Amino acid sequence: MSEIKSFKYDLVIVGGGPAGMACAVSAYEAGLRSILIIERDAALGGILRQCIHNGFGLHTFGEELTGPEYAYRYERKVKEYGIEYMLNTMVTAVGADKTVTARNEELGIFRIEAKAVALAMGCRERPLGALGICGRRPSGIFTAGTAQKYVNMMGYLPGREVVILGSGDIGLIMARRMTLEGATVKGVFELMPYSSGLARNIEQCLNDFGIPLKTSHTVVEVHGEDRLTGVTVAEVDENRVPIDSTRELIPCDTLLLSCGLIPENELTLGAGLTLDRRTGGASVDMNRQTEIEGIFSLGNVLHVHDLVDYVSDEAAVAGAAAARYIMGAVAQSVAFDVTASFGVRYTVPQRITELCDLTLYFRVGAVYENKTLTVRFGDKLIYSRKCARLLPAEMQTVRLTRDKLAALGATSGEIKVGLE
Amino acid sequence: MFDIAVIGAGVIGGAVAREMTKYNLRVVILERESDVAMGATKANSAIVHAGFDAKPGTLKARLNVRGSELMEDYAYELGVKYNRCGSLVVGFNETDRQTLSELMARGEANGAKELYLLGTREEVLAVEPGVADGVCCALFAKRGAIICPYELCMAEVGCAIDNGAILKLNFDVCEIEKSSDGYIVSSADGKCVEARWVINCAGVYSDKIASLVGDVSFTVSPRRGEYVLLDKSEGGRVSHTVFRCPSPLGKGVLVTPTVDGNLLIGPNAEDISDKSDNGTTAQGVAHIKRLAREQVAGIDFSKTITSFAGLRATPSTGDFVIGVVCEGFINCAGIESPGLSSAPAIAEYVAELLAGAGVTLTPRKDFSGRRRPMHYFRELADEEKNEIIKKFPEYAHIICRCEMISEGEIIEAIKTNPRPSDIDGIKRRTRSGMGRCQGGFCSPLVAQILARELKLDLLEVTKRGGGSLINLSRTKGKS
Amino acid sequence: MERNRELTCIVCPRGCALRVTLGDMGEVLSVSGNACKRGEVYATDECTNPMRTVTSTVLCTDGEVTPVRTERAVPKALMNGVMKEINSTVLNKSVTVGDVIIENVAGTGVNVIATACKEIFTK
Repeated sequence: MSEIKSFKYDLVIVGGGPAGMACAVSAYEAGLRSILIIERDAALGGILRQCIHNGFGLHTFGEELTGPEYAYRYERKVKEYGIEYMLNTMVTAVGADKTVTARNEELGIFRIEAKAVALAMGCRERPLGALGICGRRPSGIFTAGTAQKYVNMMGYLPGREVVILGSGDIGLIMARRMTLEGATVKGVFELMPYSSGLARNIEQCLNDFGIPLKTSHTVVEVHGEDRLTGVTVAEVDENRVPIDSTRELIPCDTLLLSCGLIPENELTLGAGLTLDRRTGGASVDMNRQTEIEGIFSLGNVLHVHDLVDYVSDEAAVAGAAAARYIMGAVAQSVAFDVTASFGVRYTVPQRITELCDLTLYFRVGAVYENKTLTVRFGDKLIYSRKCARLLPAEMQTVRLTRDKLAALGATSGEIKVGLE
Repeated sequence: MFDIAVIGAGVIGGAVAREMTKYNLRVVILERESDVAMGATKANSAIVHAGFDAKPGTLKARLNVRGSELMEDYAYELGVKYNRCGSLVVGFNETDRQTLSELMARGEANGAKELYLLGTREEVLAVEPGVADGVCCALFAKRGAIICPYELCMAEVGCAIDNGAILKLNFDVCEIEKSSDGYIVSSADGKCVEARWVINCAGVYSDKIASLVGDVSFTVSPRRGEYVLLDKSEGGRVSHTVFRCPSPLGKGVLVTPTVDGNLLIGPNAEDISDKSDNGTTAQGVAHIKRLAREQVAGIDFSKTITSFAGLRATPSTGDFVIGVVCEGFINCAGIESPGLSSAPAIAEYVAELLAGAGVTLTPRKDFSGRRRPMHYFRELADEEKNEIIKKFPEYAHIICRCEMISEGEIIEAIKTNPRPSDIDGIKRRTRSGMGRCQGGFCSPLVAQILARELKLDLLEVTKRGGGSLINLSRTKGKS
Repeated sequence: MERNRELTCIVCPRGCALRVTLGDMGEVLSVSGNACKRGEVYATDECTNPMRTVTSTVLCTDGEVTPVRTERAVPKALMNGVMKEINSTVLNKSVTVGDVIIENVAGTGVNVIATACKEIFTK
């Protein structure tokens, strides 16, 4: 009988995408040396490897890079520091005791005892089945990310006449990519009355190519037996119910879905953590430490970001904190809950347990104009900012300083983020 | 020249073909689709009924009870997951209570065993805590079971092939002609086989096949049933199959765990005219969701993985149409529910019919009915997995991350009878792509593995055979 | 006669709503709505000579594709010409991030560079 090999590391990072790599780099820079990144794919970089469009890194590097280039910057750091990583390796379980079970071709199934684990598995796309679209199940229906893999990584074109459902950024990006590679994109249909993608992507991915974006529209039925032959779209009313009289058949051979991303938290759940229903990720403190001490969650597995730069920032915070945790330097001094009030859908982190400088990330639940964004503690106003326009597609940040938190004169209570 | 030509590679054709390979017979299976299990077998309730539904005295009643008796051993032999989870028919009022008593009596008349009436809500809750408010009584069939129908069919056909049967896919029978020794069966594209006996297991098309030898005594119409499959996170809502007591207001739906741990709800019943229209409808899906909520508490439909529809082969006669039509031709037609439950009994019955018609059935000494479970690898202990990984490292390379399926398992499926040739075929055999992401991550990888193993260009790989292409051209260079 | 043009700034993800006032000759008279100086530059370029970075892949001799981009933005009107040249290029040697793959693509004066490392093994 084959034995199960066993290893020991201080910090095991599950996922070698932008979050995992930034976490490793920052843990290293904080003095930690026993670090292992476990990546399921054949190379570091995660989903950035297939995001070959530009637009990454303006915050982090002050220049506009493509996904692979952004990833390469971190990959070089990882290699320069000599941080260990395993490729083609799948983590199958993370225990509450920080035992990691994984498998790869060289080691078979093996275990690692870690002092801390950073979960950085990223997210997946919402598939067709979850959207309640009727009809048969012909080929030619892909999530935008799957199409992106075929086009950008494998060099194949999965469609010629394309309709896109959902105006998420990947869908918009793929509208341009497919057009440049020779396909015709007939339109992007968005269920909500507003786009869920960034304004710049609507401009340069749709408007540049004359691709129409129809909000308050959805695909109600797909047609075709073998390959898709068309989709029926319809306008929806204010309750998002399709209006029958507006049904329209659009012939096409391809339907791309860009209808939302879901943090991939199976390992998190397996460790015994529960998820925040609003983010779909774990509930964390400002260090991105979950409710289990020594297990951290960062990047898109924690909450879906629209900018990789924010992922890197968040992962760096977590990496440094994991290093401090392992060195025994993290102490809980306060216990504030951060909660969302009017207009705000969620906040990350959900808890503050140390007095320190920190960034609150949050999203609004709908489009708001001319609102004041406030952070309050009881009747004390900690922070406020006037906002001309707030979109659900754009993650907002608020910087809180140690001094401001100390000035609250309390060690526990509720910090509320809202619009007024 | 074959002794037996089975038309249709669904769960019935598979059972019959496997049964035939137990004897010294040369068997061919003709299937119009590019894979087995593509008709009603692919999309049904995945239930082994206890046998209280059918009218006493019918073939349905007899074969259901017999099939249900055989199924546990049958599934075990074929390495197919089977779970005798028990089923409940739940009632909401006094009329239902009366109906449940009648069902119980009918079941007992049919010979079904271990049926119990649960007369109070407390008794029902003690058996199944997941039932919704308002349920006040139930018929509990302890022998009700769940099984994966397409897995069963693949195992049956695979076993038949392993024992010498020939499977001809993409063989759409359009003509059956009497020859000196039997029949010549021809396909639409000009292929033909000759066999002494033809056994018609053609599902919704079984009336058309029967008519080719002049039997127009019945018709089969497609009755569509829609289903919703939910994530494994919802699989624990109930631990039994929960039916609703039939009433003048309708039949209700079932809510059941599946052998793979998901939750399945459905079906509705809609008579349609197109025998290939397995599309879902907004109304249908909304309807079954509403009914399911009335039977089982707290189902979270945001955890829906997919919805799908299947076509029952509903016979005009109201009962299974099984019998010798003329020398050399047997019908197993109009096999609607409880067809899956009856499958092993139908196969047994067909053997009896052949023997009765004077065919010599000499048992083969070398028949091997056992099959290794399709998912044996997943069930191994980590140490045992490592033994295999040491020899075949590809078993450590995970392709489908939702269901944790390795490249080794996919390659093995490609080399195991009945051999798949498309992405859906891999999905049904390995569960790769069956999980929450529905193949978003793994389908490009599966396509690459298929292309490599079957020596195809990636452009030739399909979702489901025929024209269901995945990629239409290369982005660069010559296409 | 003056006229206004509304644009969404694509310089950064903030996506400012820009309002540009144009003169008779199409010259930019003023830009508003921008949060930073780069927005003004973008608006001016966009109204006079719109520029875009083109990203795509090139075919390699091993049959795979590898990602590339124009080193800087190129005139939007020349995007098709750039794509044509990218599509007819076959990479036959290993490259690292930033290596030039096509010089002066489509006469734009801009190079096409590799955005990922790609190893090509020759027999």
